[in-house]
Amino acid sequence: MTTQAGIADVIAVDGAEKSFGAVRALQGVTFRVSPGECVGLVGHNLSLCPNLTITENTRITHRALRGFGWRRRGEALIRAKLDEIFPAHGIDPGRTIASLTIAQRQMVEIATAFSETDEPVKLVILDEPTSSLDASLASQLLAFVRKFVAAGGAVVLISHILGEILSTADRGAATKDGQVVAERPATEFSTDSLVAAMGSVGRARGASRSARDRPSVAWFMGEGADWVRPRDNKVALVAGDRNVDGTMPLWSILKNMTITLLPDLTRLGLVREKDETGIAQGWRDRIEVRTQNMDNPILSLSGGNQQKVLFARALATRSPVVLMDDPMRGVDIGTKQEVYAMLRAEADKGRTFVWYSTEMDEVCQCDRVYVFREGWIVAELKGADVNEENVLAASFAEQAA
Amino acid sequence: MRLLSADTLRLLVPALSLAVLLAAVFWLQPRTMSYTGLNLLFNLAVPIALATIAQMLIMMVNDLDLSMGTFVSFVACVTATFLNTDPLIGVLILAGCIALYAALGVVIYLRNLPSIVVTLGMSFVWGGLAVLMLPSPGGASPEWIRWLMTSKPPLVPMAIVASVVIAIVAHWLVMRSAFGVVLRGVGGNQRSVERAGWSIVRARAAAYALAGFFAVLAGMALVGLTTSADANIALRYTLLSTAGVILGGGEFVGGRVSPVGAVIGALTLTLAASFLSFLRIPPDWQIGAQGAILILVLALRLVLNRREAAESAK
Repeated sequence: MTTQAGIADVIAVDGAEKSFGAVRALQGVTFRVSPGECVGLVGHNLSLCPNLTITENTRITHRALRGFGWRRRGEALIRAKLDEIFPAHGIDPGRTIASLTIAQRQMVEIATAFSETDEPVKLVILDEPTSSLDASLASQLLAFVRKFVAAGGAVVLISHILGEILSTADRGAATKDGQVVAERPATEFSTDSLVAAMGSVGRARGASRSARDRPSVAWFMGEGADWVRPRDNKVALVAGDRNVDGTMPLWSILKNMTITLLPDLTRLGLVREKDETGIAQGWRDRIEVRTQNMDNPILSLSGGNQQKVLFARALATRSPVVLMDDPMRGVDIGTKQEVYAMLRAEADKGRTFVWYSTEMDEVCQCDRVYVFREGWIVAELKGADVNEENVLAASFAEQAA
Repeated sequence: MRLLSADTLRLLVPALSLAVLLAAVFWLQPRTMSYTGLNLLFNLAVPIALATIAQMLIMMVNDLDLSMGTFVSFVACVTATFLNTDPLIGVLILAGCIALYAALGVVIYLRNLPSIVVTLGMSFVWGGLAVLMLPSPGGASPEWIRWLMTSKPPLVPMAIVASVVIAIVAHWLVMRSAFGVVLRGVGGNQRSVERAGWSIVRARAAAYALAGFFAVLAGMALVGLTTSADANIALRYTLLSTAGVILGGGEFVGGRVSPVGAVIGALTLTLAASFLSFLRIPPDWQIGAQGAILILVLALRLVLNRREAAESAK
């Protein structure tokens, strides 16, 4: 859809680029939104202060809410907006955000975004707005979005629920590997053609696998998972979020690698340093950690090499099961190939890997794949059935309804 | 069925602990149940309450001020010397202190420094300046402060009136005003406040300046009660103010503070000391016993926090 002459774009972005480490999120994306058009984009984060009440959060958004009686005016404002978007919501604006359920928080966030004081709202960007809403609340929101657009507002709707995009948006844009791969009026898209255009799981939630076709032993909780490591050494973990769950930033490469092995390297309560160094050297050569000296701090390594150290930490144990929580985040392609080969070799020796991933090429390394959607396993794929098409089909099935 | 929300309970715990402690003191020493008795019990709570509010304002933006004790001591020394002999210079010094607090808030934010390190360093600066000014205890309280702190309003003693006024002013400023909302928002979710177009630098400078202002009032009030000053007069305030905030229902992080609770916390801590004296517990053991009371109240809080967590998980 082209911009009508005489009407300025509400938002125009040319050649936007954004990288998170080695992961390129956006590569030269060009995107425009004109008023009165609802644009859907296939792609969460809470923007409220949990310690404040709903009314007080409205005040943070609106500078005009000040002076005598601001609290009363703010409460009326947010209550009216909530009533308008979600009739019969039953939320008291005097409650703190922390005391609300996740769905209620999301409703408040949406209502705050659409609320107006001295200036009208022209554009609202909704990033996965229905991720915590049930079907009826979601349809209330989408109906409101249509009404808002009809009245001349613009909305950017980012969602992985394709049905929402197709039913609500005027124009759909599919992104893959940080580039817009297809952009046309939403009526010309169908669920199938949209999936085909993306060709990658992208935002399609995670899929897990266990190699060697053994029953998996894992505490698996989907995206944003919390891993609980049992106290025995039957299970080892490779953390995905290195900085939070993985590295000890002030320790050396050696100490970071051998921490899980210490019980085996200890005699009379003391660590046998010669054995420790020997094992670490062995693993350095096997997985090719690029460093001259294992006593260098772990942060002197690149992200990919830090991740290799975490792999070595898990693989050097005697654990028959290794849990991997999206372990390739921010790892370059070359390192990935090396790690795949290493995992394959370990799996052939009889180890089980439980791998949580959102990347298609990682998922396709697996012998068995479980596809998760909204917290449930929706498909189990084995052997030759593990391919991109089947995973995508399972991820998006029935969502157009 | 629950009759009270977790938020109400959160304020009720400090209020109840104070009531129980007060009842115990009355029972042990019935003579305290009088105008003069109450004034004596809570007199020294007034500067502690002011310092607790100051500490609360710092904790509100997820920082901690380890220089509170030495800063209040320094202000007390300025009050007992310059403010008494050369009021203009005294006022300028104190105003400069508040400006310096604002600057500290800005530096801590912009340089991304840990507040405890910066304020620990500042505590030596304040301590040193205080010793330079008053190497030995001395000075005298300005008349008007002395008059204010020892005045006898009808019916209710000054200590109680002052505590109530401090609680109301701080509550209005932090909890009710549109300005206070932005400051608490910084502690709750700084990024969302920033994204809504507010200047975090200004908000943090304001929070620190306000804290400096309340700490200055604490030092002045203290001199009004003691009539003279000493470089080490308020060293305990760092711990007392922090404990008061926590006792009153505040949290170290997350912008969850309660000014009314903080004042009640300060009163409770002061009263706990008197209570232990009335029990004839030797001073050597009192600090330990005070700690035990603190742990007891905090344990109660923990139980309530779990309840709150269960409530929001529903």
